[in-house]
Amino acid sequence: MSEPSFAQIFNYRLSNLQMFKRLFIFLFLFQSFAFAQEIPQKPNPPRFVNDLVGGLLNQGEINQLEQKLKAYNDSTSTQVVIVIVKSVQPYDISEYAIKLGRDWGVGQKGKNNGIVLLWAPGDRKIFIATGYGTEGGLTDAYSKRIIEQIIKPNFKQLKYYQGLDEATNSIIKYLSGEFDADPASEGDAGDVIFAIIFFLIIIAIIIYMFRKGGSSGGSRGGGFVPYTTYTGWGSSSGGWSGGGSSGGGGGFDFGGGSFGGGGAGGDY
Amino acid sequence: MNKSTLIIVGILLIFGMYGCSSYNGLVSNDQDVKGKWANVQTQYQRRSDLIPNLVSTVQGAANFEKSTLTEVIQARANATAVNLKADDLTPENIKKFQAAQDQLSGSLSRLLVSVEKYPDLKANQNFLELQSQLEGTENRIGVARNDFNASVQTYNSSALAFPTVIFAKIFGFAEKGFFQASDSAQAAPTVKF
Repeated sequence: MSEPSFAQIFNYRLSNLQMFKRLFIFLFLFQSFAFAQEIPQKPNPPRFVNDLVGGLLNQGEINQLEQKLKAYNDSTSTQVVIVIVKSVQPYDISEYAIKLGRDWGVGQKGKNNGIVLLWAPGDRKIFIATGYGTEGGLTDAYSKRIIEQIIKPNFKQLKYYQGLDEATNSIIKYLSGEFDADPASEGDAGDVIFAIIFFLIIIAIIIYMFRKGGSSGGSRGGGFVPYTTYTGWGSSSGGWSGGGSSGGGGGFDFGGGSFGGGGAGGDY
Repeated sequence: MNKSTLIIVGILLIFGMYGCSSYNGLVSNDQDVKGKWANVQTQYQRRSDLIPNLVSTVQGAANFEKSTLTEVIQARANATAVNLKADDLTPENIKKFQAAQDQLSGSLSRLLVSVEKYPDLKANQNFLELQSQLEGTENRIGVARNDFNASVQTYNSSALAFPTVIFAKIFGFAEKGFFQASDSAQAAPTVKF
């Protein structure tokens, strides 16, 4: 048996290396495809301000924006959603924003009055995507103006909250008078009230049964029941830390609006 | 009436009922494709309508290159000349339509690149807003084309699959064409090992 020649070893190495390289590239591509699918899931419960990065806005600022946008939704049924993601790679930011708006169903079905303000601090990009119904009020040129004249100057000075606050005010101004509150939402409120009443009746029954069942451990049972209701609330508000304003976390849902590619974006 | 006639009548009935349901399915898919096509055309029309404004704004800039402008105007004329009705969306027709529109996209993007050399034009508010409208329209065209393709895919997979293909042939539901990714978009991500 002769020793393998240098050329043979080299070839072997090379082919091995190439295989590794291919495998690596394959895995890399696969991973990037896997990532390409990853438009963030619709938050549960739905929220208007979705900071998926963290640290750019403090909790008080998030709550303030949330309350403003919720009040706007309540009065006009128009849903303006702020989403902060680290990066939109490998998507184009416009594509990402439109897909996210469609996946989440921002805006009411039929009215298509949703706006997605997508910010990718990792890419230093921001995009305003307008639903079909809002394209008339908030034209692409107006979106561009908001980006250029409000968001860019503020973001360059790291005044993120100010930028987002003024931008949403401006969006609301452009859309004023375009939409009214949905009368169907009153029906939803009725459902919520019904659900609460139903919930209270169940609790009353449970309390009643506990009282009846364990007369010796009555005080323990009484302590136990409120505890379960507490965790129930905690999970339904999605782990909000600002307990006082957590009312903003529920009571509405995205209505299934659609997006057709309107809007504008820019780098800062 | 003997047994075998009954069986034949039964088979014909089942065949007829199946035919009806596949026909209805084909009709609704066909209508969906037509609706999506209308949207594609609307967005291309929108772009075509923006161009005269863009041209006149750019013309105002001191001695802007004439050749780039005439190229855009010519490409627009070519693109609007190719009018495709929703009834004959054959693969060849779609290809022709797309070729004309892609030519316009190409000359438009060359125009927007050459604008970089004219700083006062780039600072012109009117131009900036036209540019953002044009960008938005390109996005809308992309979305409309994607939706159209998805709809055609549903239609084709029902019209070409067995056994619906029998009824599709009988009632004249032909295969429809897709939009292909344009050559420049295909050329971009080549990876060489």
